[in-house]
Amino acid sequence: MTKNDATQLNNGKANLKQQKSWVPTVLIAVAIAYLVLILYVPALNVFIQAFRKGVGPFLSNLTRPDFLHAVKLTVMLAAIALPLNTIFGLCAAWALTRHKFRGRAFILSLIDLPFSISPVVAGLMLVLLYGRQGWFGGWLQEHGINIIFAFPGMVLATAFVSMPFVAREVIPVLEELGSDQEEAAKTLGANDWQIFWRVTLPNIRWGLLYGLILTNARAMGEFGAVSVVSGNIAGKTQSLPLFVEDAYKQYETEAAYSAAVLLALLAVVTLVLKEILERKTRIKDVE
Amino acid sequence: MALSPSPQLDSQRTARGQKLRQLLFHLPWTWRITLGYLTVMLFLPITAMFLKASTEGPADFWRIATSPVALATYNVTFVTSLIAALFNGFFGTLIAWVLVRYNFPLKRLIDASVDLPFALPTSVAGLTLATVYSDNGWIGSLLSPLGIKVSFTRLGVGVAMIFISLPFVVRTVQPVMQEMEQEIEEAAWSLGANQWQTFARVILPPLFPAILTGVALGFSRAVGEYGSTVIIASNTPFRDLIAPVLIFQRLEQYDYSGATVIGVVLLIISLLLLLVINLLQAWGRRYD
Repeated sequence: MTKNDATQLNNGKANLKQQKSWVPTVLIAVAIAYLVLILYVPALNVFIQAFRKGVGPFLSNLTRPDFLHAVKLTVMLAAIALPLNTIFGLCAAWALTRHKFRGRAFILSLIDLPFSISPVVAGLMLVLLYGRQGWFGGWLQEHGINIIFAFPGMVLATAFVSMPFVAREVIPVLEELGSDQEEAAKTLGANDWQIFWRVTLPNIRWGLLYGLILTNARAMGEFGAVSVVSGNIAGKTQSLPLFVEDAYKQYETEAAYSAAVLLALLAVVTLVLKEILERKTRIKDVE
Repeated sequence: MALSPSPQLDSQRTARGQKLRQLLFHLPWTWRITLGYLTVMLFLPITAMFLKASTEGPADFWRIATSPVALATYNVTFVTSLIAALFNGFFGTLIAWVLVRYNFPLKRLIDASVDLPFALPTSVAGLTLATVYSDNGWIGSLLSPLGIKVSFTRLGVGVAMIFISLPFVVRTVQPVMQEMEQEIEEAAWSLGANQWQTFARVILPPLFPAILTGVALGFSRAVGEYGSTVIIASNTPFRDLIAPVLIFQRLEQYDYSGATVIGVVLLIISLLLLLVINLLQAWGRRYD
């Protein structure tokens, strides 16, 4: 290519760019306008409504006993559902990546199933199983165990809806990793635990952490399934997302927004951690 | 199958049934936990619901599933979800395009913020959407002079569904766009195609499976959504009552059969959608 050709080509490109220069601007403007209407205005509104009357009323809402109980319950729900789903997720990921067999794809989609089932249907299934009229209802009543309209039912509902995250994030990492390192450790005499703690876990840590963050966000924020099985009794079976709805229905909009702002902060923290982890794994990919 | 590394297992001579039994006994504990957890959390509840529904008898099942109230909720649920999903199909593709191809201030922040509906609890979404789109809310007050009411109407249900299904299309289309080679577009340009032809003939076809997958995922999510929609809607039958809310109301009235039948209908539709999504994803991978 001669120098002349090159300049011509560049001129051509410049013309092309100038010619369509209004297109990107319009497209960007439309995309951002859509996001503003659907996402940003509603998101901003949570923070503005919560602090509309200043920090004082906000803080006094935060010290209400039923609110504090809701926070405690939400943390407890996540604290139980998180380890359960982590153990399950790790076992499932290990089992599915280290053994190839027919029907593997089927089990993979089974694990994803809770994402496709409506949370209300998930709650309904638990009621039909553990409720007074349910399969285990009679037995549970005889032994004085309450699951529906009580804490255990809320745990089951929370664990159900947040079940797939860990398995889903760990499976691709394990698949990419292969089993060479583990087999090497085995031939060197390491037992299964040692292999897991020293070889597998360090390799999957970012994927696992990503899964944990998503599980936690879903567990703390779940509304539908928990709402069906909890009975929504203030100060007893009311988690934070249920408190938001209940306060709104009782026309205590300020209390609703005080709780909502906490959950919104949780969402923001989740997104920030997610972004950091994504960047970390991406940099590793480039290397 | 190499599930059982046990040396005693003499698979050559044992009969098939015995083999299976031995397989189960020698299953590694990771498998036992996986299958045990899936049984307790998934198989048992789903079986309980189907068995409960089967006690109704086909005639009763059909009568409850197609009662006028139920039919009206299907109409509101599925039509509104479809419109919301298609809306996001268009704007989601546009957002993905803008994020992949152009540079502008705060791009990274905007990219990350697309996931907000995944992270924000649905009751918070419902609460703030109901406020913002109500008659005296920031956006609702601009619409009400035009005679458009959003909160506590079916339109509000649609807005909530758009909100919660927004990330799906963007996140399915974005990776495919990043893989696309711009040289092909330049080739189309240099061969004399205009902007519209380049878009319709070169850019859109490879994106289409991803867009459809995103739309199907968003639709599936919107159909099952409860938290945000129950708050923004007035939940009046025949107007803006959706199927998940109807299930909830039936349960509150201790009408277990009514709740179960509609629950089974929703579950079957979710399973069908899952199948469609898997087929779409397979279609999208056909050139890999």
